Amino acid sequence: MFLRETGILAVAQISDHFHSATSIFTPAATPSHSIYTLSQLVLSITLGIFLVVAGLLLLALIRYRHRPADPKATQEPAQIYGSNQIELSWTVIPILIVVMLFLATARVLYSTEHASKPPTALDVTIIGHQFWWEYHYPASGVVTANELHIPVSDPRQPQPTYLTMTSADTDHSFWVPRLAGKKDLIPNKVNVMWIDPEAAGLYLGQCAQYCGVEHAKMLIRVYAQSPADFAAWLAHQQEPAVQDPAAAEGRAVFEKNACVSCHTIAGTVATGRFGPDLTHLASRDTIASGSVLNTPANIRSFVDNPAHFKPGALMPAMHLNDHDLDAVTQYLTTLK
Amino acid sequence: MATQIPIPQAPTTAILDETLEPAGPGLWLEVLHGWVTTVDHKRLGLMYIGYALLFLVIAGFEALMMRVQLAIPNNTFVSPQTFNRLFTMHGTTMVFFVGMPILFGFGNYLIPLMIGARDMAFPRLNAFSFWISAFGGLLLYFSFLGGDGLYGAGTAPDVGWFAYAPLTAKAFSPGHSTDYWTLSILLSGIGSVGVALNIVATTICMRCPGMKLTRMPLLVWLYFVDACMVLVVVSPLTAAQIMLMLDRYLGSHFFDTQAGGSAVLWMHFFWIFGHPEVYVLVLPAFAFANEIIPVFSRKAIFGYPAMVAATVAIGFISLSVWAHHMFTVGLGAGANTFFTLATMIIAVPTGIKIFNWLATLWGGKIHFTAAMMFAVGFLFQFLIAGLTGIMLSAAPFDWQLGNSYFVVAHFHYVLVGAILFMIFSAFYYWYPKMTGRMLNETLGKWHFWIFLIGFHLTFDFMHIPGLMGMPRRVYTYEADRGWAIWNMIVSSGAIFQAIGTLLFVYNLVWSYFKGPVAGPDPWDAWTLEWATSSPPAVYNFAVVPSVQSRRPLWDLKHPEDPDSNYEM
Amino acid sequence: MSEVPASPAFIPHMPRDTGDTWKLPSRGTVGITCLIMAEASLFIIFVVAYVFYLGKSLTGPAPRDVLELPVFTTICLLSSSLTVHFAVEMLHKGSRRLCSLWLAATVLLGTIFLAGTAHEWYHLIVHDHLTIRTNLFGTTFYSLVGLHATHVAIGLFMLSLALLFSLRGQLTHEHSEKLKVLSFYWHFVDAVWVIVFLVVYVFGR
Repeated sequence: MFLRETGILAVAQISDHFHSATSIFTPAATPSHSIYTLSQLVLSITLGIFLVVAGLLLLALIRYRHRPADPKATQEPAQIYGSNQIELSWTVIPILIVVMLFLATARVLYSTEHASKPPTALDVTIIGHQFWWEYHYPASGVVTANELHIPVSDPRQPQPTYLTMTSADTDHSFWVPRLAGKKDLIPNKVNVMWIDPEAAGLYLGQCAQYCGVEHAKMLIRVYAQSPADFAAWLAHQQEPAVQDPAAAEGRAVFEKNACVSCHTIAGTVATGRFGPDLTHLASRDTIASGSVLNTPANIRSFVDNPAHFKPGALMPAMHLNDHDLDAVTQYLTTLK
Repeated sequence: MATQIPIPQAPTTAILDETLEPAGPGLWLEVLHGWVTTVDHKRLGLMYIGYALLFLVIAGFEALMMRVQLAIPNNTFVSPQTFNRLFTMHGTTMVFFVGMPILFGFGNYLIPLMIGARDMAFPRLNAFSFWISAFGGLLLYFSFLGGDGLYGAGTAPDVGWFAYAPLTAKAFSPGHSTDYWTLSILLSGIGSVGVALNIVATTICMRCPGMKLTRMPLLVWLYFVDACMVLVVVSPLTAAQIMLMLDRYLGSHFFDTQAGGSAVLWMHFFWIFGHPEVYVLVLPAFAFANEIIPVFSRKAIFGYPAMVAATVAIGFISLSVWAHHMFTVGLGAGANTFFTLATMIIAVPTGIKIFNWLATLWGGKIHFTAAMMFAVGFLFQFLIAGLTGIMLSAAPFDWQLGNSYFVVAHFHYVLVGAILFMIFSAFYYWYPKMTGRMLNETLGKWHFWIFLIGFHLTFDFMHIPGLMGMPRRVYTYEADRGWAIWNMIVSSGAIFQAIGTLLFVYNLVWSYFKGPVAGPDPWDAWTLEWATSSPPAVYNFAVVPSVQSRRPLWDLKHPEDPDSNYEM
Repeated sequence: MSEVPASPAFIPHMPRDTGDTWKLPSRGTVGITCLIMAEASLFIIFVVAYVFYLGKSLTGPAPRDVLELPVFTTICLLSSSLTVHFAVEMLHKGSRRLCSLWLAATVLLGTIFLAGTAHEWYHLIVHDHLTIRTNLFGTTFYSLVGLHATHVAIGLFMLSLALLFSLRGQLTHEHSEKLKVLSFYWHFVDAVWVIVFLVVYVFGR
């Protein structure tokens, strides 16, 4: 018990030095917590094995080094060919360690993969794309992209979020280290995982399966909110797009160009599904799947030429003149 | 009683005997012709090794470029497209055009000598295997030229060395870059099967009298198991690649998810090859350790039968662990549990090997030559690599560590820290036999220390970004994740490794001309290759040797206490 | 140990009398066994793909709609294993004429098999509109059966060469080991057909 606490403290202190918003050693949800606990067991066993074996190796190298000054230096040492008892002992002991480690691992495996789903769980469907994330909330009909909002889960009344995932093109992987281990999004296959953040906040991650040119920029932002805040967010997302008369010109530019063939803006003629849903674009902190801040200047740059931020992104440069570009940028910034 | 036949005096230095012909262009053409048409296992072995060294430098350069790009966040040293080609080419080259050829090269050279044979079982197949593998490598690198210039889309392949479907489908990889990947590996696979066939046939059919299977040097045993593995595991990759080509060009649907095909099926086929492949790469490193560690400890290997049994066990078990590369794919708890167990079990025979090496050192008289220093590095580093492997084998832990820089650190620890270190060791040990000259020991020690520092700077610290959430195959990363300082350290280590490697290449060249003459048995060793001149005559042995124990030269040198009295 | 020994090395060598009892297997047999292992591994993957995709085609003809048991061609191919066995026996005994006869029978039976396959494929493509790109069944069927047919063709080529040499009188008793090795390859090709037949035409329909 004491050793375990010391171990936890040691790991925590060391990990403090290595601060990262995406460290696997600062878990904030049940799946990542149980992995963390397992990892401590694994790390202490492997550390123990290392100390023993490396220690013996070092000892052998020092103790049995050839010393030219030794009077028996040119004599060959005693030739020992083997020992059945020794072989047996260092076969049996590792087998015992393996069995113990395996049982501990299997327990965590089953508790995560076969956890029973409470009726209060929130369902989110994720579809991976090159190079952005599409999120559906089937119960409420909300469709959004790149920034995932979910409720915090109180251990006394758990409300985990269940992610049902697949891909529209190549393989992807959803990895937010502080919340859970990663799981892949594979075309023609559906995978399910669950997360239950214990505290409100922003959790970062990114795609963890090479999916093409801009794999490195397929970032994930998970906003865990109090149930009240989440309900408010969801309600807002259900509304159709803001219709600001001042941005009518920009809206016309949007609707007359190819934008509508890829993007959806609820309540308008834009019903394209190839690219992210833009209905509430201006309510997001970032664009280009988390890689760029959501500012008017950045939006303008992106629309003008996505390759400016993400060379290899599948959205083509729109070749709008400056006037249209300003107008459509202004329109997009009104889509709160 | 064994009699001793002195070997004829042979020229002890150059492989090239220039005494008979005057120098001139005619002579050089004749020399070239001799090498190009050779079926001699020793020459083919050297050609494999030379070819692999060339690609080692090229792939190392690719790694250097990647590390420059990743040294700071949001760097623009290379474009994303170029970076993705670099990691694909680096991995593919290192596995198929460095690892396999260099290990086959040593095997080719040493196996007939160690079993008292005149050549491999099928010398012409041996030559064919070399040339088809060599052509494969050239084809892969031709993609830099051929892809863009002739057909437009794509140059070098950029799909990663395991080329997951459906990224490799025509829809997502237009042009021919992926085809260069597929075809070049397919050709080298044919070459690999040829060498494996040769090794199995040679081991079974060409041993000298008295050399029962239980008296073969462990190197030969390990290459034999290795070759059996190659025969079984290369075909799944070949099959998958044929299927990929059919998909791309005949419109079949093996991995076409739109038509109901399965992306996971590619993963299964690839890793059924891919996991045993890493054992195919590591077994020769173990083989070298089994020969080198005893000689420089001045003791017989501890536990020969256990070492053979452990090797065979590793060979078999390695065929059942492949889906530990797929823990995050969603195979289900049952499958994940099975593969966790199988992977953990393989740690047992692997550990047995480490313990037997430890027991060989124990009670010996250890000489720290350059060869031995690299072998010692191997022992510590392989231990660590195995332990990080155990971490990855626990599936839930792998759900965090998998596909991150932790995995990249783990497998480079095996490939560089264990395999490359043993390859360096093998060079220092057998170069005298191959060329008749000793490598410079001082340069060797400089090589060791500089490379060791570089290796640890890069690959020890590389584990940390993985633990902090950095995925692999990313051309850049965000500045706010806390990964930058670690990436900088990792990149700095690459420079040391480059310098160490350059020192090594310099040593190879300089010693060929200026190194001290080696004689037949510079290390006072015990296996049959040391009973030939250095380099050996083209026929290897003037008379067919016959043996009565595992260490025939020990018996000759210690007639009062031969091994045959003791062998278990 | 770091000194270079001045005297030449010695080759350990026993007197003559132990040499005769040292008998190792033949290289050809071991070699063809290795090749068969590699090829078996290749076929297993294509069979696995076939079985994996059974029932998963989204459209198009299913096996039971279009496949008929190829009884005649199968009998021909499996008989050719017998005939090649006899050819090897005859050569071993030195009966060159009979060896040619049995080799010719083998080539004939193998050719009938290939012709039968070609006929079946013609029917499937032209009348049933099943191609490699039609659906998953088409993909896995043509690739598996085609891979086997390719191996048959290669075997037939080698057997035809042997037949040619035999007819020219150049195949003698001392080649019987090599012909035996070739026959092992042919037996393997037939064994693969047994598997393919059972998986594709019996259990898979």
